[in-house]
Amino acid sequence: MLIFDLFKMAIRSLIANTMRTFLTALGMIIGVASVISMISIGEGARQQTLSTIAKFGTNIITIKPGKKKTRHVSSDNVNTLVLEDAEAINTLIPLITGVAAQVYRSAQIKYGNKNTNTTVRGTGIKYLEIANFTLYQGRYFSSQEVRSIRRVAILGSTVVKNLFGDITPIGKEIKIDGSNYLIIGSTIPKGALSWFDPDDQIFIPVTTAQKRLFGVNNIQSIDIQAEKIEDLEIIKERVESLLRIRHGIRKTEESDFHVQNSSQWLNSWGDAAKTFTYLLGGIAGISLLVGGIGIMNIMLVSITERTKEIGIRIAIGAKKSEIMQQFLIESVLISFIGGGIGIMIGIMISRTVSKIGGWDTIVSNQSIMIAFGFSVGVGIFFGYYPARKAANLNPIDALRYE
Amino acid sequence: MIKTNNLSKTYRLGKVSVHAMIDVSICIQGGEFVAVMGPSGSGKSTLMNLLGCLDQPSSGSYHLENFDIKNLNQNQLAEVRNKRIGFVFQNFNLLPRASALENVELPLLYGRVKNSQILALKALERVGLAKRSKHRPNELSGGERQRVAIARAIVNKPAIVLADEPTGNLDTSTGNEIMSIFSSLNSEGTTIILVTHERAIASFARRTIEMKDGYIYKDKINSEIAV
Repeated sequence: MLIFDLFKMAIRSLIANTMRTFLTALGMIIGVASVISMISIGEGARQQTLSTIAKFGTNIITIKPGKKKTRHVSSDNVNTLVLEDAEAINTLIPLITGVAAQVYRSAQIKYGNKNTNTTVRGTGIKYLEIANFTLYQGRYFSSQEVRSIRRVAILGSTVVKNLFGDITPIGKEIKIDGSNYLIIGSTIPKGALSWFDPDDQIFIPVTTAQKRLFGVNNIQSIDIQAEKIEDLEIIKERVESLLRIRHGIRKTEESDFHVQNSSQWLNSWGDAAKTFTYLLGGIAGISLLVGGIGIMNIMLVSITERTKEIGIRIAIGAKKSEIMQQFLIESVLISFIGGGIGIMIGIMISRTVSKIGGWDTIVSNQSIMIAFGFSVGVGIFFGYYPARKAANLNPIDALRYE
Repeated sequence: MIKTNNLSKTYRLGKVSVHAMIDVSICIQGGEFVAVMGPSGSGKSTLMNLLGCLDQPSSGSYHLENFDIKNLNQNQLAEVRNKRIGFVFQNFNLLPRASALENVELPLLYGRVKNSQILALKALERVGLAKRSKHRPNELSGGERQRVAIARAIVNKPAIVLADEPTGNLDTSTGNEIMSIFSSLNSEGTTIILVTHERAIASFARRTIEMKDGYIYKDKINSEIAV
């Protein structure tokens, strides 16, 4: 029998049992739709996380203070980093383009009768560049202003919006914890992450923050920007050994600071998000499996029901292979139809999610092909056993079957 | 055409062996019209299944058109059933969802014969059912269904038609109509072997083989042939 006639026969028998065909295909539809939508949601979430993280710069090394350990007694002292550490790194470490020491705390900001609570970040002249901020209006503070501990401030866009609305803030004065600061600049918005809005902060010289505002001598972190991402590891090692010498740490002792590489952070974030996507896809894959078992189930029922038909076909000259093909085509057709509808529904679900949830979902061609390939594969795999069972029926028994 | 030598079939039901057919040696020439008679359980259906290559003998040999059936593989046997032998059953065995024409067409499709629709329609014409070609089996009477089944059996122009109680489910006059179709097929040269337990039906054949307990106990040429 020609494959075309086999297809015609398969389609006819599927149409003859429309409801049953639909219910069988439903398993595949749900399976494929969930695989597609879950992968696209996971993938979209991953891409978005990565791109927002990338906004903070990827060639950055961050140093944070750690606990100081003396004779295996750890103290709570985390004030191990000082401004001089940052200066030493800046002058002694090669392959870097900038260093920014930071102290930050949240503080009450007032302008006229409006006030807001925001993060005040005391930092150096390279910070904007390192943290990927761009000036919108005005200027950034100079090294002269840092040295002379001036009360000047650059505002993030969220702060500008909260305090000034549409008015240009440059040249105005705000009060931070009661003292006046002159606004000399504002930044272009970077966009908020769900847990953190980078535009909701103001920048002042690190010396001003230490001496005039917070009354501290230590700093809370040092960001170092590398010229090239490939140099990050070398720089990290050198910074570590430099700071160990400066802090007088013996070889057997642990450092009293942590050095983090932002690209590692990015990678581990990306990996976590990928695992999440795989997990979602895997759970959805289980429903694909269940759908496949549904197909096998129905095919077995269908073969029992059509035992006599199979006997007739064998008696009039159908080969085993032709009987087998007929039933395989039926099961593949069911999963093919289910897969097709499932893809459409999956795309619809991921679009709806991106509309309602407000984040991009990515339906990749790859995930469509995988889901579709899987569904046809499931059709063949779970159709094979029933089809073989049909082909191996004894024609005499099959003809007698009522 | 058909030559069996000590053909036997034994079924195993658990520990008990049932000898359905014992040492059947027959020779049927091309163009013969043979009736196989006997009470139920006498082995006539087993003989038909073996002759129709639906079943394999336990011992003995079966030559069909000088081919030893033993030497044929599954696919070749399927081809024999498709091209060399036509089957007619007591309960018609038509596909319920297919029209009369599609039922008749089916052996042609399995045999990859071209112009299958035209040939199928010709076969239906041959049994006088061309007008009902679009009807499904459940829209046809018993006699019409059996005629569709005969059309299906002869559509590939087989040398042999095997009919297992073809009139068993029909009334006498319809049965006689069916038998006259077999007679006329036989007169055109088709070998016909039919199983029946009615003397009147057997009298259409020129030779009667009577079976009992798996043996052939009588094999005679009919002196009077019904027309």
